[in-house]
Amino acid sequence: MKVLVAVKRVVDYNVKVRAKADGSDVELNNVKMAINPFCEIAVEEAVRLKEAGTASEVVVASIGDKSCQEQIRTALALGADRGIHVEAEGRPEPLEVAKLLKGVIGSESPDLIILGKQSIDGDNNQTGQMLAALTGMGQGTFASEVNIGDGTVQVTREVDGGLQTVELKLPAVVTTDLRLNEPRYASLPNIMKAKKKPLETVSPADLGVDIQSHVTLVGVKPPAERSAGIKVESVEQLVDKLKNEAKVIS
Amino acid sequence: MKTLIVAEHDNQSLKAATLNAVAAAQQLGGDIDVLVVGSGCQAAADAAASVSGVASVLLADNAAYENQLAENVSLAVADVAAGYDAILAPATANGKNVMPRVAALLDVAQISDITAVIDADTFERPIYAGNVIATVKSSDAKKVITVRTTAFDAVPAEGGSASVQAVEGAHDAGVSSFVGEEVAVSDRPELTSASVVISGGRGMQNGDNFSMLEGIADKLNAAIGASRAAVDAGFVPNDYQVGQTGKIVAPDLYIAVGISGAIQHLAGMKDSKVIVAINKDEDAPIFQVADYGLVADLFAALPELEAAL
Repeated sequence: MKVLVAVKRVVDYNVKVRAKADGSDVELNNVKMAINPFCEIAVEEAVRLKEAGTASEVVVASIGDKSCQEQIRTALALGADRGIHVEAEGRPEPLEVAKLLKGVIGSESPDLIILGKQSIDGDNNQTGQMLAALTGMGQGTFASEVNIGDGTVQVTREVDGGLQTVELKLPAVVTTDLRLNEPRYASLPNIMKAKKKPLETVSPADLGVDIQSHVTLVGVKPPAERSAGIKVESVEQLVDKLKNEAKVIS
Repeated sequence: MKTLIVAEHDNQSLKAATLNAVAAAQQLGGDIDVLVVGSGCQAAADAAASVSGVASVLLADNAAYENQLAENVSLAVADVAAGYDAILAPATANGKNVMPRVAALLDVAQISDITAVIDADTFERPIYAGNVIATVKSSDAKKVITVRTTAFDAVPAEGGSASVQAVEGAHDAGVSSFVGEEVAVSDRPELTSASVVISGGRGMQNGDNFSMLEGIADKLNAAIGASRAAVDAGFVPNDYQVGQTGKIVAPDLYIAVGISGAIQHLAGMKDSKVIVAINKDEDAPIFQVADYGLVADLFAALPELEAAL
């Protein structure tokens, strides 16, 4: 079984992103970049499937400018076998990314495609579902457990109020939630080995996709500030304030 | 302008999140129809028909839609989308699952999780875990949008008298099936609709200690939530998670216990009317958004609070 994992290069989750002073965009100069945390969980899941003997090959794809090869190398160091870099300038929108990944699926024919449920930059939570729609595949979004069967996969999903399990025909698309696994750290020998693993670059034209834009960014601003209130001295004073000042409890 | 709302429901009843989506649609202007896709869901459709401001209700009732499988539901939505300029759904787990699929079928972008409507093409939405609010303009003729429910005040559930029309045809994509579900059974209100929420963070130290929140929750008829750190540490299930990647809540009273106040958590609760923080670290960022802060050891403060209520 071949597994395709898509990863995105994003601002490291420890960086506090701010709006630029002119409000045109966010400030991304000289900030640390990393593999999107949900994508890292996707890589880990694929590598575990390989270690369990379920998957025979793990291919990792990323879409962006040259710099995203760094994140592909990270995924290779975590255990993926080879990489595909789809070279695209700017910030392709989720629908366009899904179209490009559909193109990759066309040439790779994976049995399972694993993506993060959302990237921590755009917070869109769309690409996996769109890819599944474009390819006519079933989708197991927000996965907390993935079990491969005979030509099928059972995915346990995090939904409002609990968990839901669905069975999908393979090939299928899975998007990861937080509790699916805990990604490993890449060891130094594996980081060295990853440099020698194959990484091919393709263009959107190679995949038959003409990238469109549907949404433009008008501007950004900081969220409305909420000002700090007061510190109370005791539980007794807290309850008194809630009852008599805020009047939110009786 | 004609807008379609994809209803959130459990086949028997209409979920309150639908009312917030209708409120967002009213800001777009024009006629608002509601589509109920489910199985044996006439009651939910009837409830949608009485929602204030709804022109008509479309009912797609078929066994293939019983468990809201996205593969089937998205086809039903795309089928009726032709007559509408915008298709909206609340950004619930279900809306997030189905709507991008609808957008892809229609070959348009989705605008996720909008918090404000500027005009028919322009919207505000939080990005980067809520650190930044982006204003985005869509150039698609047909908009597919999910709505952050806490950003729009619900329209009244009563007062409307829309007609209910059945939608012809049914779709079973045949690629997915429902196996089962484990829904937490609780007498407590739902996290996203509770008027009081009490949440625990990493400071709770383990899952057992969350029982200390239960007595207080019982007395306040509150829902129990958690920070991502507490979920990450395995203290509680993920459906407790309040934050940008979890649930967005805006209760009248939010009590944060042992939560430091990472931006990703604040993004999920900062629209609450009154925020209380209990934390032993007086420099914790949560105090910067709290109306009432108590610097105390939670293991001493919680039993005291329960006794005082």
